[in-house]
Amino acid sequence: MKDKSTPKIYKVSRRDFLRKSAIGAGGLMLGIQLSCEQKPKFLTGDPNAVFTPNVYISISGTGEVTLVAHRSEMGTGIRTSLPLIMADEMEADWDQVKIVQAVNDVKYGDQNTDGSYSVRMFYPQLRKAGATVRLMLEKAAAREWDVPVSECKAQNHTVVHTSGEVFGYGYLAEKIGDMPIPDESEIQLKAHEDFKYITKKTSIYDLEDIVTGKAGFGLDTQVPGTKVAVVQRNPEAGAGIKSFKMEAAKQVPGVQKVFKVEAPGFPTGFEKPLGGIVVVADDTWAALKGREALEIEWDKGTNAGYDSVAYLDELQDKTSRNGKIKREQGNIKGALSGAAKVIEADFKVPHFSHSPMETPCAVAHFKADGSCEVWAPVQDPQWTGRAVAGVLGIEEEKVTVNVTLLGGAFGRKSKPEFAVEAAVISKETGSPIKLLWTREDDIQSSFYHFLCAQHMKVGIDENNKVSAWLHRSIFPSIGGSADPNAKEASNFELCMGMLDMPFEVANVCCESNEAPTQIRIGWLRSVGNINHAFAVGSMLDQVAEAREMDPIDNALDMIGADRDIDFDNLVEGFWNYNEKVEDFPWSTVRFKNVIQTVKDKSGWGKEMPAGKGMGFAAHRSFLTYVACVVEVEVDDNNNIKIPMVHFAVDCGVPVNPERIKAQFEGGAAFGASLALKSEITVKDGAVQQNNFHDYLVARITDAPYETAVHIIDSQENPTGVGEPPVPPFIPALCNAIYQATGQRITKLPVRLS
Amino acid sequence: MAKYTLKVNQQTVEVEAMPDTPLLWVLRDKLTLTGTKYGCGKALCGACTVHLDGTPMRSCSVPISAVGEQTITTIEGVGEKELHPVQKAWILEDVPQCGFCQSGQIMSAIALLEENKNPTDADIDAAMAGNICRCGTYVRIRRAIKRAAKNELS
Repeated sequence: MKDKSTPKIYKVSRRDFLRKSAIGAGGLMLGIQLSCEQKPKFLTGDPNAVFTPNVYISISGTGEVTLVAHRSEMGTGIRTSLPLIMADEMEADWDQVKIVQAVNDVKYGDQNTDGSYSVRMFYPQLRKAGATVRLMLEKAAAREWDVPVSECKAQNHTVVHTSGEVFGYGYLAEKIGDMPIPDESEIQLKAHEDFKYITKKTSIYDLEDIVTGKAGFGLDTQVPGTKVAVVQRNPEAGAGIKSFKMEAAKQVPGVQKVFKVEAPGFPTGFEKPLGGIVVVADDTWAALKGREALEIEWDKGTNAGYDSVAYLDELQDKTSRNGKIKREQGNIKGALSGAAKVIEADFKVPHFSHSPMETPCAVAHFKADGSCEVWAPVQDPQWTGRAVAGVLGIEEEKVTVNVTLLGGAFGRKSKPEFAVEAAVISKETGSPIKLLWTREDDIQSSFYHFLCAQHMKVGIDENNKVSAWLHRSIFPSIGGSADPNAKEASNFELCMGMLDMPFEVANVCCESNEAPTQIRIGWLRSVGNINHAFAVGSMLDQVAEAREMDPIDNALDMIGADRDIDFDNLVEGFWNYNEKVEDFPWSTVRFKNVIQTVKDKSGWGKEMPAGKGMGFAAHRSFLTYVACVVEVEVDDNNNIKIPMVHFAVDCGVPVNPERIKAQFEGGAAFGASLALKSEITVKDGAVQQNNFHDYLVARITDAPYETAVHIIDSQENPTGVGEPPVPPFIPALCNAIYQATGQRITKLPVRLS
Repeated sequence: MAKYTLKVNQQTVEVEAMPDTPLLWVLRDKLTLTGTKYGCGKALCGACTVHLDGTPMRSCSVPISAVGEQTITTIEGVGEKELHPVQKAWILEDVPQCGFCQSGQIMSAIALLEENKNPTDADIDAAMAGNICRCGTYVRIRRAIKRAAKNELS
């Protein structure tokens, strides 16, 4: 071994100092003792020494590990859960980890925080990144000690030699020098049983900042010289302005500037602001009062006649006729006509608005040098950067997007148009701009969940087996918000719960049809799965009743044999959430397992008194298998209470089980909003709801009183948990309402008679 | 514009504002107390809840001219030296998801527990129904309030 007597200056890092001093002088003494010879070398010479082996990880000479969170935190816990994967593999001590949020930069890979795929996409590579660092630290220690690396083991922010000697990570960070990155073949990932954070509980990184009001959301950003802007937009998305008077607005004290931004026409796309009249003022109240004083005559656009209630009726009517076949097996016509029993039902789902508690907002500064800096709660900073650059006509490299915390998003903040709007206004005014969307703006100018009409017809043969499955689903496509030629649902939308129907039925036909998009449509938490799981899950309950079977027994019977379903051969252009079917197969074994689990855990089958009911549904979405049992109570005034919800979930390796539970608890509440409360209607091209008095969402009195989440202990590749709770919850709730009241629910939101 | 002397979080501050300016925007724009959030502007969601003389109020709907001598407490003022028991309970129950509504939730919960040391579920419903959480942290909000009431904070 090398001579270790060379004197070194060891500094106590600020963080170490705080940690040690927190436990009193004795603790600090311990810190000093640790820096003596023959003792572990935790504390190091050069605080400026930084070891940065990859874009996500750096270790300073003081031992602080900085991990980059490159995806947006909107409440899922991703800002914690991705870094902890790295921390685990690199044997970092979570208490010595600092998390920094990435700006828009392709070097981090995909930053589009959407589609419940953050963990799925980054779990393998962040583990590898962490494990690489672990190996490098072990190698550095081995070199220092002049021993084989096999005798050195990384352990909780240190590397320990078999002799018992120890080096701290800060010390090694300084010593690691220009060590080459090890070859991939050398990297060894941890065994499942050796995880210290993965599969264990970790509280979110921002917890204390949130409860003390210090956490920084979009409008909390402070940039000197900022003016506040609000925009009055045409209630008909994309339509323009005939004329406007701004004199009164300009007279409001504090109002600095009033101007028009051209409307984009329809379809608007996802990047262009809606246009309108902009009021820029010294503070928010002046801007709002100025806007109030505007007089505007709006132009009518192509969707001036849009009436969503009439449109949904029209689509429902269309579902009674043959559509375009998207999946077909056997002979549906023959099977239905030869069936012993046929049951059919129509299902309607209206538009919804995401309405996160934080409305869309952004701070933008178009600077004199032609660059633009944005601070905004966006789900996709790279897209935001590209969109800002495109609309301002500058190079993408000149746009920096700082991602704040997102005060909820649910898909709304994946569309970058509100951040672009702030940038456009900043360019026009020359000052940094804080753009506020009021709640009215949010509810009236969102990218709405598509309304949807469905028709289902199921045949049961003389042996009481399900022999025919006809499903028609018609809704305007998200694509229609950007592409005038996108006049019908695309495969990815239909593969969310319709074409991926997993039941073993010999005669199947799934159809869709044209439905032009007449308002901005966007993806909302679980997207097409909301509609399709509602119809399929509700229909299954009717099928069980017709077969005189327990709903869970019926579902297990319909799923049939243990198999990976060969969807590539069943559905042309099958969409498996952008993953290959062989990598993430549709496993009936895993599906049946969550169903069995929820049955066992929920007390399924117990006697329910009058006015109470228990309902079941199961659904796979975003590659995650979920089964749900909901208990309801309905009183004589048709007030619906949800005392208990059970979920069983198989999302592969449960990376941060505590946050998975939180997502499912929250998903049930979100589902309660969609099922019982929320509805956007459009008349004459304009949304009729304004604020939370008429766009209703679940409050503490409406949401489930208790939600139990049973997580399958799986070692499969991890999959999404943000969206999958929502789809099965809604039909499980509706089936419970049926049991409690005898009323079948075929239209959302639920209105009991 | 008029001048107002406000007592905020045990400090006296002077601000200049239009008399009808909601307290919310005075706190956020003029005093940089950004822990109080805008959610609806119509007292429908509770994100902007602060205390006026200990009573929970929706600051988006209280004009600055109506504040007068009343003492204002915001989220920044409740746990300045040490976390408030309600904040501790919120941490122990891992309540927040996105966190945006939580300042308002905590302010409503503190006011509830000051009035009622041992709230029932119905009391919690009544006190908290004005605070929306779109992430749906309600189960844990209820649990945290009960934990704070029982002072089970370790």
